[in-house]
Amino acid sequence: MNRIHQKLQEDKKLLSIYFTAGYPSLNDTVQIIQDLERNGVDMIEIGLPFSDPLADGPTIQDSSTAALKNGMTTEKLFEQLARIRETVSIPLIVMGYFNPMLQYGVEAFCKKCSEIGIDGIIMPDLPLDVYQSDFEATFKKYGLLNVFLITPQTSEERIHQIDEASDGFIYMVSSASVTGSKSGFGNEQTDYFERIATMNLKNPQIVGFGIKDAETFQQATKTAKGAIIGSAFIKYLTSNGIESISDFVKTIR
Amino acid sequence: MNYHANEKGYYGEFGGAFIPEMLYPNIEELRRKYLDIMYEESFQKEFHQLLKDYVGRPSPLYFAKRLSEKHNCKIYLKREDLNHTGAHKVNNTIGQILMAQKLGKKRIIAETGAGQHGVATATVCALMGMECIVYMGEIDIERQAPNVARMKMLGAEVRPALSGSRTLKDATNEAIRDWINNPVDTHYIIGSAIGPHPYPDMVTRFQSVISEEIRWQLKEKEGRENPDYVVACIGGGSNAAGTYYHFLNEPQVGIIAVEAAGKGVETGESAATSALGKVGIIHGCKTMLMQTTDGQITEPYSISAGLDYPGVGPMHSHLHKSGRAEFYSATDDEAMTAGLELSQLEGIIPAIETGHAFAIFDHKKFQPDDVVVISLSGRGDKDLQTYIDYFKLA
Repeated sequence: MNRIHQKLQEDKKLLSIYFTAGYPSLNDTVQIIQDLERNGVDMIEIGLPFSDPLADGPTIQDSSTAALKNGMTTEKLFEQLARIRETVSIPLIVMGYFNPMLQYGVEAFCKKCSEIGIDGIIMPDLPLDVYQSDFEATFKKYGLLNVFLITPQTSEERIHQIDEASDGFIYMVSSASVTGSKSGFGNEQTDYFERIATMNLKNPQIVGFGIKDAETFQQATKTAKGAIIGSAFIKYLTSNGIESISDFVKTIR
Repeated sequence: MNYHANEKGYYGEFGGAFIPEMLYPNIEELRRKYLDIMYEESFQKEFHQLLKDYVGRPSPLYFAKRLSEKHNCKIYLKREDLNHTGAHKVNNTIGQILMAQKLGKKRIIAETGAGQHGVATATVCALMGMECIVYMGEIDIERQAPNVARMKMLGAEVRPALSGSRTLKDATNEAIRDWINNPVDTHYIIGSAIGPHPYPDMVTRFQSVISEEIRWQLKEKEGRENPDYVVACIGGGSNAAGTYYHFLNEPQVGIIAVEAAGKGVETGESAATSALGKVGIIHGCKTMLMQTTDGQITEPYSISAGLDYPGVGPMHSHLHKSGRAEFYSATDDEAMTAGLELSQLEGIIPAIETGHAFAIFDHKKFQPDDVVVISLSGRGDKDLQTYIDYFKLA
């Protein structure tokens, strides 16, 4: 059974953390993953940096630019992760933009992920119809779950379509914004969370974008299965380095 | 072979819409409606009325006698430089502002490199009384100060793109991020034949007025609708797309594209995408683009800010790959020299972008009875400082 499926069955709200691979330093990847698992985080999105991350706000943009400058590449990330399953069992998801995956070769990329023990992929700019017509068979062949996004503007019809196409969880973007740009949730978000909760989707939802502290984590997971923190964690790493990750996790729950 | 976009926005293997879900509702609405809106009788009437009375179309097709003598063939110039705001860009912004109104949008965003598309967008926003925000790379803001001033005078807000290389590519990223943040009331007027479907096809159709006019104008002058060659410079490729449009499926018309070689294709400072690019995804579209082996988009270089783009529209990738078009690239030096030659032989100072098209004569020899139509896509007023510095005219 895929580690993501297993984790989703646990009777708890899931805390997922995103970080940009190669940031703050090129070789921090493995230690960050180990520390996140050790401190009780439930799932990790490993960000493969891209030169033109158009769904991201300044925090993740800057960390991506720095990571690339540090020398991060797709091949380098796979090298760093080669033995990661000897030390951690937490679900791992690779998140990035589609062009680096396309250049590596979609099949070669999936094969490598499978060998490493990656459980899922999030490529926000790989659209549903292209995934289904061209790549679904390859993802499935290598046991990788593909995670789709929905937003407050996604129509009910399309949410059902995405739910049908998903196997694992749905990444629920909290508000109409790029990453890291909202300060707290208002009625608009709460209404949206509740609207989705009443749709009885077959896949649980995990909320991302705008989760930055205990309060927003609790708001988001009132109805959803879990929440993802990205920009707030990157900011923490920028200020505090990677030595005190436990302190960050403790502020969330 | 068909050289137009199919219903999913593909030109051969190129095109499509590789967009994050946040952009899906807007792009999907546009995709469903753009052709119906565009070909409504009332829309066409208003569009063509504005092109005539406001832009000053049809733009002349001018027989360039002295240039023809020099290069020993029959050269016609399609005078897009005489349009209001000084370039072909306004054909598209007139079309898209009308489209935005039909879609009920209240707020307009745009990206710009040299500032020509930004000015054309600010102009139509002033015309229609709509809020206008133009994203422009911080570096470009410094080097294109007159156009920044024009946009401000027209009432637009110019927001600097501070990320990445702070040029056109990054201005486009910022405009897309703005659209993600403002998904309901905003329309994004993309300035070139790039971006996710339906943008390349929509922009191309608005620009196709160029080749539509060439056909009947050439008929009047030469007694035939088809020239032997049409020539245009290509950055993203909107003036080229409009110049080629009605000739794409006319095999007797040779299609010629001139890209910016910068300091030379092999120097590492170039924007010759067809020579240096590989298939990839940029700004929501599968096309040829300049990138590292790892799939990171690289920085192009050209003396002309308008050709300083690491990709090329998907139609052009297809024209290149299928062999339908001949692709050449002109260096900074060739383009500047061709611009000076046009100025002194015909009394027309072209934009430096356009100068690249005129450098075709350094690369290709035509027959004496060949009728060659060159798209004179923009005027050189905005580039005077660059010309002055380059030729030490001061």
